[in-house]
Amino acid sequence: MLEKVDVLIIGSGASGAAAAWSLADTRMRILCLEQGDWIKQSEYPTNGRDWEARQFSDFHPSPNKRGRTTDYPVNDDNSPIKVLNFNAVGGSTILYAAHYPRLHPSDFRVKSLDGVADDWPVDYATLEPFFAENDRMMGVSGLAGDPAYPAHTPPMPPLGLGKSGTRFAHALNTLGWHWWPSDTTLATTDYDGRAKCINLGHCTFGCSQGAKASTDITYWPRAIRAGVELRTRCRVSRIETGPDGMATGATYFDAAGVEHFQPAEIVILAANGVGTPRLLLNSASAQHPDGLANSSGQVGRNLMFHPYASIYGYVDEPLDGNKAPPLCLWSHQHYETDLSRGFVRGYSYQLGRGVGTITEAITSTAAGRLPWGEGHHDAYRRLMNHRIGMAAICEDLPEEHNRVTLDPTLKDSNGIPSPKIDYTISENSHRMLDHAIARAKDILHAAGATDIGVDRPILFGGWHLLGTARMGTDPARSVVNAWGRSHDVKNLFIIDGSLFVTSGGVNPTSTIQALALYIADTIKQRLATLFD
Amino acid sequence: MTLTPSEITDFRALAALIIPPSAKYTIPGANDDLIFADILNSLGRDLPDVQSALAALATIAGAPLASLPQARQTEIATHLRTQGGTPIAVLTRIVLLCYYRDDRVMLSLGLEPRPPFPKGHVLEQGDWSLLDPVKSRPPIWRPV
Repeated sequence: MLEKVDVLIIGSGASGAAAAWSLADTRMRILCLEQGDWIKQSEYPTNGRDWEARQFSDFHPSPNKRGRTTDYPVNDDNSPIKVLNFNAVGGSTILYAAHYPRLHPSDFRVKSLDGVADDWPVDYATLEPFFAENDRMMGVSGLAGDPAYPAHTPPMPPLGLGKSGTRFAHALNTLGWHWWPSDTTLATTDYDGRAKCINLGHCTFGCSQGAKASTDITYWPRAIRAGVELRTRCRVSRIETGPDGMATGATYFDAAGVEHFQPAEIVILAANGVGTPRLLLNSASAQHPDGLANSSGQVGRNLMFHPYASIYGYVDEPLDGNKAPPLCLWSHQHYETDLSRGFVRGYSYQLGRGVGTITEAITSTAAGRLPWGEGHHDAYRRLMNHRIGMAAICEDLPEEHNRVTLDPTLKDSNGIPSPKIDYTISENSHRMLDHAIARAKDILHAAGATDIGVDRPILFGGWHLLGTARMGTDPARSVVNAWGRSHDVKNLFIIDGSLFVTSGGVNPTSTIQALALYIADTIKQRLATLFD
Repeated sequence: MTLTPSEITDFRALAALIIPPSAKYTIPGANDDLIFADILNSLGRDLPDVQSALAALATIAGAPLASLPQARQTEIATHLRTQGGTPIAVLTRIVLLCYYRDDRVMLSLGLEPRPPFPKGHVLEQGDWSLLDPVKSRPPIWRPV
């Protein structure tokens, strides 16, 4: 049997890395098990001429399409939005757009303010110091003074407006609507050992320059130097429990398929909003017949994705195309509830720059905009680098029937049952999408765009995996308490997006990491009475 | 597993129908020797879908595609595209992603034939005074 550790963290992505770093100063023995590998910057697509092609193969955001040996399959047939992730040291921070908004203060109080869903057991003010600490650790670029948020000051200046951002700025000013340079985790100056952004333009699929913050190059080097052990190619199959109901450690398969049991005093789950409920459900036992930490029946329920729409058009001059980070600005004009719009809660826009030459050809061919045959070349020259577009990211409210369960037949390469997704888009979300698309067209028309295209919802848009082990004060309606500890198993913690009570209408990574730091800090404060 | 000679012949004829050469822009079509070799080398995990698309093509054509009159070839290609489905979408994607990374094609589009790293690109800062009207707005976040 392996030597017992004090803290076992499962998953090395956004939250696992942050918690490992934070807990390292306790001098406890900390081990993180990660099913993926380290990814070298030299392996990222932008090193080669086939950089755009690889988003359809070994860097596809869907594990089902990507099919690396380190991936597990997901049955998402019964969902209009497909699950996306990346399994490696750094997790899905390897494969994300680096758009880095925080949830708004109102997002933590949706029941009190709008009478829907539930309030969170924590609030923005409590998390604020952890947002700031995380901004420093990840290295955030942006501009202080955004009227859409309480005051905060990103440590680096924002990305340039570029041609696309300038077009959007004029359009939104014409409409009198909010816009602001996005907070991003792209280094705009040399920062903490990272070289500054040189506009490779393909940020989502990994940054060869190392300018994009992923936790393998931010938190992990510091955590490892502080004594944390990170063990790769270790796929956890179960969390084990003892007769007293406490977690005793985890069983995992190594790269050779050999099974091990890793004992631990404390187990922390950081495997994302699909991986975490999968593991809890796979940890069912005689003591926990419905899955571990699931006396509430809430494990796997309330899955929230963020329904996305992509809205774009074409202008009469070349813009930035793929020659800069894909996202430049945000607009939170329609973020807070206004019931006259026909829905509750709201959405934000991620305002983009453009797409690569091949992506333009493929998407325009699929949309019927780019013909085969004689007219192909002239049409393509009118499209290339002339695209201006945005994504609307809509708040997804929790619904119990949207859930992660275990597939009865599908298994990963170690024979571990795979997750099955059942998800529908709510009527409120549909009305929100209607509004977001209509207002996006207003923006595009103001920007002089024509030939408007809409993708709704974005099929491969399940980047944000939220809500499936939510936090709360009522053990009958939540899985963990206000600081991430399981109501049922007092040495089991959850720190990833599963915790989210509601989704907000922005990308969640900043908030996931602030929550992970908050929970780690609370663990440190309560060490003497942690299991009481 | 690879494509058969007859599948390759049909595929090459179809590639020319998707992207023909252009005298106007002095660029090859997708059936060009170098580009089509790249296409064949890039099938990888998509080979089954490509085979499926070519099987559908062979059924519709009833003869080697290149042996048919040009008008009939175009008609068949249009039919395939209109019919849609994953296999033809995958085949088209491979044709496009190989075509638009060919040096001659990229140069004709005014693009440098190189990977993004390590040279990168230059992004203009733009005029930040555009933000002044937004800065002058009162907070729009909802106090709690």
